[in-house]
Formats: sequence, structure tokens, C-alpha cells
Amino acid sequence: MSVPSRAEVEDFLFHEAALLDEWKVQEWAALFTDDGEYMIPSTDDPHADPKTTLFLVFDDRHRLAVRGKRLMSKAAHAEFPHSRTVHSYANVRVAEGEGGETIARCTFSTVRSKGPVTETYPGHAMFRLQRIDGALRIRLKRCELALEVLRPHGKVSIIL
Amino acid sequence: MKRDPMPSGVDWAIVDDREQGIFRVNRRVFTDGDVFEQERRQIFEKCWLYAAHVSELAASGAFISRVVGGLPLILNRDKAGKLHAFFNSCPHRGAMVCREPQGRARNFTCPYHGWVFSDEGRAIHRPLPESYSPACTQDESLHLRPVPRFEVFHGFIFVNYTATGESLADYLAGAGDYLKMIAEQDEDSMVIVGGAQTYSARANWKLLQENSADGYHADTTHSTYFEYIKNREGTVKNSFGKGFGRVRNLGNGHAVSESTNAAPWGRPLARPMESFSQDVKDAMEAARLQVVARLGEERGNFICHSDRNLLIFPNLVVNDIMGLTVRTYCPVSPGYFEVNAWALAPKNETPLLRELRLKNYLEFLGPAGFATPDDQEMLELCQRAYATARFVEWNDLSRGMLTENEPAPAKQDELQMRTFWRRWKALMSAEERVLA
Repeated sequence: MSVPSRAEVEDFLFHEAALLDEWKVQEWAALFTDDGEYMIPSTDDPHADPKTTLFLVFDDRHRLAVRGKRLMSKAAHAEFPHSRTVHSYANVRVAEGEGGETIARCTFSTVRSKGPVTETYPGHAMFRLQRIDGALRIRLKRCELALEVLRPHGKVSIIL
Repeated sequence: MKRDPMPSGVDWAIVDDREQGIFRVNRRVFTDGDVFEQERRQIFEKCWLYAAHVSELAASGAFISRVVGGLPLILNRDKAGKLHAFFNSCPHRGAMVCREPQGRARNFTCPYHGWVFSDEGRAIHRPLPESYSPACTQDESLHLRPVPRFEVFHGFIFVNYTATGESLADYLAGAGDYLKMIAEQDEDSMVIVGGAQTYSARANWKLLQENSADGYHADTTHSTYFEYIKNREGTVKNSFGKGFGRVRNLGNGHAVSESTNAAPWGRPLARPMESFSQDVKDAMEAARLQVVARLGEERGNFICHSDRNLLIFPNLVVNDIMGLTVRTYCPVSPGYFEVNAWALAPKNETPLLRELRLKNYLEFLGPAGFATPDDQEMLELCQRAYATARFVEWNDLSRGMLTENEPAPAKQDELQMRTFWRRWKALMSAEERVLA
């Protein structure tokens, strides 16, 4: 199986980012494999294991799909009306993973603006990607925030 | 521009008419700078404040530096095994001595002029000592200053910034047995799991104490959470629309909202959901049987099957629900507070149950859970709208007031908030005591 080029991985990541900025969050969830996971470690231990350490987000495929669907409800109050976001990736590096997977590492910088407040979520992201029927899919999206504490943001109510 | 002067005392702040069943809180308590200063002196400097859990200081030489009630502290265990709590400020010129959030250290060196303090807080080295007079060298105030009081209650470490007053156990009153029930979930001890949720909200701190055991908001604020559970599990009971469970006034401003096997979520100890794997279900049952074997059927099953939101005045919440969280918060200004929240777990829990516990916690709790961000949104909407407080003056907390002395006031009522406010008013009205 061919290892995707950085350009192909970047195209895929930029597409993923665009879906989030356009609030096509259910299409975003559909990018994941059936065993896909989405996680954000707590800010004090960004390299931790979610099975032994409390995270901010530790979603299996079912819960990440619900996360997307929930955000489209008016009753997801923190995101009603929807905030405006800019999801950006940079410093993309691509490496071959195990079992035909591709590991993509990059920096992310997500800006969220809502009401009187605009804030930035910076960090390092790691994707495990798999090619299925010719298309790249996500087995893992892990966003390690480069924030010492979640202040003054207070919350991560969007998908990073 | 001149502000309107506030009337003296806090009689203006609360209407507590037990005959008519009317309880009102003036919204200016959430926005006023004088109230904020008075709270610092008369509440945060007088009450016992949760600082840490002993499991965070298990190792010899372990330390934590942390802001507690607005003040930076160092908490540590010295090489002899003794726990200490110091103000994190050099007695020389004031710099914060300890800059790392946690670690292990035999001594602490102030980064400014290099004074070195032992793990018992003694200044053991001052560079170029020959220029200090004997009076200075012998001055007992030139060591790390211990906080006036600190005590440990079943693993929970509290500090108090006033040297005299009631003991921690007396202060906790009826809440003490609830903390004990948390501690009893393991035969050995409970532990803070790694990974701290350190966040904030642009709102007044008292709004979170009100929100943390508010049964009335669950159905509306958290409808999407209940839908998630319902879709995942098939049909589940959701009793939140009806009255269920009860609230207990535990004294001294503390309260608990609790119910037994009525909430629609799973509990790591020990209420499995249909969707949990058989392995998890078996492990939960084994854990429950161990608790029951130790504590007896009644207390053991009450601990395992009951959900509880425990409020300890002024700023500690222990929620023992789909996860077990210790959450404390502190105001920075009238409209902004900081939160530290941790997951607490039985030390001897199996890896399978620990993973389930952490995952279950996040379905609702924490700053990226399916519920907490919506709670914060409500708090912040309140705070923003309190700009109108001179025109829309009062919050109403009258629900269930005429039945609050009956045996089981409903958790959808507001006795838990009134309990908080009555204590708040008593402390804010107390005559200023001079700090010892």
C-alpha cells in the first residue's frame, strides 16, 4: 500500500479543518474509521494515556459521532448560536506507521469567537490515518493543547 | 462616575420570608466589588478550604504548589513523613518560591536572592550571611510561613487562614459522614487520578455553588446529555422531570442532593448500564460486593447505588455521580473564577474499571464533557445579564420553601441553595474579627 505524500495528507487535513469551520460536524465524524477515536489530554499531562489519566475528551467512534450530532442541537447551549472558528494546521510531518497506517503530526491553532470573547487553542496534533477503499480515514485524532491551564478559555465546547 | 453606595451589612442582599415562602437574592452580590472584598475577608479567610488530597502527597518529599482561596501555597511531605502547608512567598522580599505545580524536593530555593528553605520550611541558607545582624538571623518570621491551620479529614486536606476557631470535623458537621462515605469506597484509600481539569468561567463563583447541585436545571440545560444516554441504552428512566431523591441540610452551609438508583446514568461503583461489556458488569458487581462485605448491606449499597452532589461551604463540590469528582473554585474578581477539578478513584480499582470510570466521567463532566460547558454557558449568561441588576434586582430561590422542613425536600427544589445563602449571610454579617 502506498504511503501518502505530505501533499495528500495536507489536502486531507485541510478538508477536515474546513468541515469543522463550516459546522459540517456529522460529515467530520464520518471521516473516522469504525474504531476511530478522538481525544484531548488534560493540559497538565499532554502525553498521558486516557485509560489511566483523566482527559478532557476521550471519545470512541460512537461518542465522537454523538459529539458532532449534539453540537447541531439548539440545546447544545455553549454552542448556540454557533461560534465562528478557524481551524489551522501547520508544520505537517508524515511518517509510516504500523500495519499500513500513516502517522501525521502537525501543530494546530484553532480560533473560536463567540459573543464578546475570542480565544485561541494552540497545540500539537497527531493523526493515525488509514487508507480504506482508496480514501484516507482517521483512526485517531489526538489534540495536545499547548496551554498550561484552560484559562481564560474555560471550556472546549467546539471540536478542535 | 460615582457608584451608588451600598447599604451597610448585607441585609439588603437576601429576602428570607419563611412564612410566605419567598426567598430572594439581590443580583448585586454577583457584581459588586465591595461584596467581593468582604467575601475574601469574612468567608475565604475564615472558612476551612479544601486544598489537596493526601494521595497527591504520598511520596516522601512530594510537593504541590497551588492557589487555595486566592492565595498561593506550597503543600509538601517532609522526609520524616510530616505534611506541611506554607504560604508560597519568600519571607525576604516576597517572590513565589516554588514555581512548579508538583514534584519532589528536599528543599526549596527562592529564585530571586537564593534563600534556601528546608522541607520543614526553615531558612537553611541565605547567600552572603555575614551582613545580617544577629537579630535578623534569629528572627522566626524569616522562615517559610506556615498557613495558620491545616487538617486532614479522611484523606481530604483543608487549610484555614484564621488561627483560632472550630476544628475541621466540627466545621464539616453533617458533611463529614458524606466525605467519609467517599473515602470508604476503597478498603485502603482513595486516590486522585492524574490529569487535572483546570479551567475557569466568566461568572461569579457563587453561581457555580448554586449550579452544582441544582436538580431543577437538569432537564432543560442538559437535555442533549439525556438524549445521548437514551439513544445509547435504549429506553432509560429519566426522573429529572418529576420530583425524586432528596436534599439534606448538613449544617454550616453544607448540603447534599441525593437519590438511589433513580438517575439515568451508570456509576463506576457500582451501577452498570446495559451497554457496558459483561466483563465490566462482572467487575462492578465484584467491587460492590467487596464494599458491602466491609461496610454491611445498608451502608455499602447506599454508597454504591446512590448518586450524590455534596456541597461543602464555601467552594467545594464532591459529585459522586457518573464519575467521582472533587471540584473547588475561587474567585479572581466578581465576574471571573478559576476551577480545579480532579477525578477521585478507589486505589485498588482494577484497570478495567479505572478505564470505564474515566470514560464515564467525561460523558458529562469536565470542560469538554456533554454537560459542563452548557452549565458554564448558563453561568456566563447570568453574569452578563446581571448588568441589568439595578433594574431587574432579584433572583428567586423560593422553590419548595414551604415544604423544606419535611423529611425529604425534593432535589428539584432549592433548599440546597438557600442553605448556602443563609450561611453566606451569617458570615458576611458577622463582626470583623482581627486575624491572629
